[in-house]
Amino acid sequence: MKKLLSGNEALARGAWEAGIRVAAGYPGTPSTEILETLAPMPGIYAEWCPNEKVAVDVAVGAAYAGVRSLAVMKHVGLNVAADALFYASMTGMEAGMILMVADDPGMHSSQGEQDTRRYAKFARVPCLEPSDSQEAKEMVRAALEISERFDTPVLIRTTTRISHSYGLVELGPPPEPTAEGERDYRIDSAKYVMVPANARKRHVVIEERSRRIAAWASSFPYNRVEMADSHLGIITHGVVYQYVKEIFPKASVLRLGMTWPIPTELVTSFAQQVERLIVVEELDPVIEEELRLLGIACEGKSIFPLVGELTPERIRKSAIAAGLLPTEARPKRFSLSLPELPPRPPILCPGCPHRGIFTVLRKLKVVVNGDIGCYTLGFLPPLKAVHTTGCMGASIGQAHGVAKAGIRQKHVAIIGDSTFLHSGIPALLNVAYNQSDTVTIILDNRTTAMTGHQDHPGTGQTLQKVKTRAVDLPQLIQAMGIEDVAVVDPYNLAEVEAALRLSLERESPSVIISRRECVLLSPTREGSSPYQVDPAKCTGCRLCLQLGCPAIFEGETTWADTGRPQMSIDPLLCTGCSICAQVCPVGAIHPREEASR
Amino acid sequence: MKTQGWTDNFFLVGVGGQGILLAADVIALVGMEAGYDVKKSEVHGMAQRGGSVTSHVRWGERVYSPLISPGEVDYLLAFERLEGLRHAEMLRPGGVMLVNDYRIVPVSVSAGGSHYPSAEEEEGIYWEAGLHPYYIPAIEIAQTLGNARVNNIVMLGALAALLEVPPELWRQVIAQRVPGRYREINLEGFAQGYGYLAKLRGRK
Repeated sequence: MKKLLSGNEALARGAWEAGIRVAAGYPGTPSTEILETLAPMPGIYAEWCPNEKVAVDVAVGAAYAGVRSLAVMKHVGLNVAADALFYASMTGMEAGMILMVADDPGMHSSQGEQDTRRYAKFARVPCLEPSDSQEAKEMVRAALEISERFDTPVLIRTTTRISHSYGLVELGPPPEPTAEGERDYRIDSAKYVMVPANARKRHVVIEERSRRIAAWASSFPYNRVEMADSHLGIITHGVVYQYVKEIFPKASVLRLGMTWPIPTELVTSFAQQVERLIVVEELDPVIEEELRLLGIACEGKSIFPLVGELTPERIRKSAIAAGLLPTEARPKRFSLSLPELPPRPPILCPGCPHRGIFTVLRKLKVVVNGDIGCYTLGFLPPLKAVHTTGCMGASIGQAHGVAKAGIRQKHVAIIGDSTFLHSGIPALLNVAYNQSDTVTIILDNRTTAMTGHQDHPGTGQTLQKVKTRAVDLPQLIQAMGIEDVAVVDPYNLAEVEAALRLSLERESPSVIISRRECVLLSPTREGSSPYQVDPAKCTGCRLCLQLGCPAIFEGETTWADTGRPQMSIDPLLCTGCSICAQVCPVGAIHPREEASR
Repeated sequence: MKTQGWTDNFFLVGVGGQGILLAADVIALVGMEAGYDVKKSEVHGMAQRGGSVTSHVRWGERVYSPLISPGEVDYLLAFERLEGLRHAEMLRPGGVMLVNDYRIVPVSVSAGGSHYPSAEEEEGIYWEAGLHPYYIPAIEIAQTLGNARVNNIVMLGALAALLEVPPELWRQVIAQRVPGRYREINLEGFAQGYGYLAKLRGRK
């Protein structure tokens, strides 16, 4: 039976069919759906961990215990988990283990576009790259076989365009049932205790392993030569293979399904059979560098862009510029004389609780070290209330550094609940330990919102929908030694402002927890209704527009005294959060009477 | 007659929350049911929060790239007028454009100084380029049926009237893909969109 599956859904299906039993990860676009799809499948144990490093350790533990396992994350998540990846490569394990890592060329939803293939070489683990959903499913089994044959974790690297593209997938049978009951843990200290004396021996083993895999890789069926015209030979990978097939239908192609280590024999013989050899690869020149190390002459980044996502259009343009294709190869299109069109960037939703916090921060002219989540969007006009964003958990450490450096303005760290639990805890502990007057605002919207509402240790529910203990944030923070912990409702601007003023005056660490569920989880505020603007009062001062709420817009009526346009509120978008009513200086914004159902 | 290696390329554009991903899903599933190879591509995450949303769907004998290049779009479905304008250059000469006659004013216009092109400006730009979109009152039709959200399926009805795939196949996929309690209204929306475009074409 065939089904239309995204790359992520296909990876999950593949994991299930191939007998993965334990899976762990942390949400991150574009990888999130892999675990979400896998979690409900029969015989699977899957969990969200507080962060990616924990997830890899969990998967390693399961594989040490002899069970096939999986860890899932986005590319920058592997930075967090890198420590675990390196020792896992050194030790190997008792059963197959896979890391699925989704890169984001073009940075659709990320702070960087680092190329995970670099980690494969760095940590000496093989890296597989599917070119479509069907292969995504099949390669999980192939990865497990490599993992068990060569005693190594295996990376499956996708990109946004593989993870979030859909294609037809031939479904396979369910996994064979495994023996029930508990197994004996096999103790092998020389292999698994990475003290220097053991690690020195293991390093020799894994270098030898890499050489064996490179030799074997020439027979790996997903490293595939498609010989055609020998004037031009192209070595490519991942989704780029699909673009190459369309743009260069006559060229000979070597599609690498394993991009590290590269198959020495196969690339050498392919290079000998073609007149001109080019490498078309997305992001870093990983394949190109490996070819050069083998002494194989080729062109790659001298023709194709290093930065950004490759598209058929960009490849075609570069190929035309390099004389690989005639100018006519670019499709003709409609050409419009367009004026400058208004941009439509992502924005905070109507009713987003973060808006209340940003409104007060802007009013008090506070410097804000921000973090990763929906609230990063607070940097955009008109709010402009977030001034740094680096990586997960960076805000609190940065704010502590700012405090120690000493600045004239007041300043705070803001961080979401999921991000705080991910990597904010050690940073806040540092604030408590080394005592700075850092004010930390935790935007607790009771979910991991940005990636599509995943549970976390603060929500009281697991990935597989099991009720569990929710961490008590005030207790946790007080246990660190921070006594001043306030919990506020971000829909109440006066309360937020009072708490913030108090915290900013303190000379010791303090934390404000802004607690209000993500508006997408509870779109109607209990006992509330959409708001409307009273044309008898609205003077057209536009203060409410400065909230950047998509529900508020310039209406058709004007204020007679000044002729300024009055504001209007879209009742379908308004959630009744009331923040605009609280900033209106003339009290012109009220709930709609008729909607007081 | 379809030439060897043919594909039909659909490009859907609009604003997050308009039901574009569902519409793209339906097109892709119809292609699958019709026995074609199918690819679909979209981007989730940050870009979805009220921002511009696009989805690529391709079907044909054999589809390689999940992405359509500028100048290769056969059918452009714009769920919002400004987004249609923004992406109209993706069309190949001779390609068809369907525009939902509906505007969502971005914050850059309501709170900033940006200008949302008027209907006259927009139509002038298309006219000058020799592009003649079909405007579909999909929201109006959907509202008459009692649920504005059905506007995405009205648009699909209009699209289906331009394609060879039998409408019955579309109806089957829609019936499977939408929640049970919305099945009837969606099928009615599909029929109305189909009828609207068939009538427009009759006039042209």
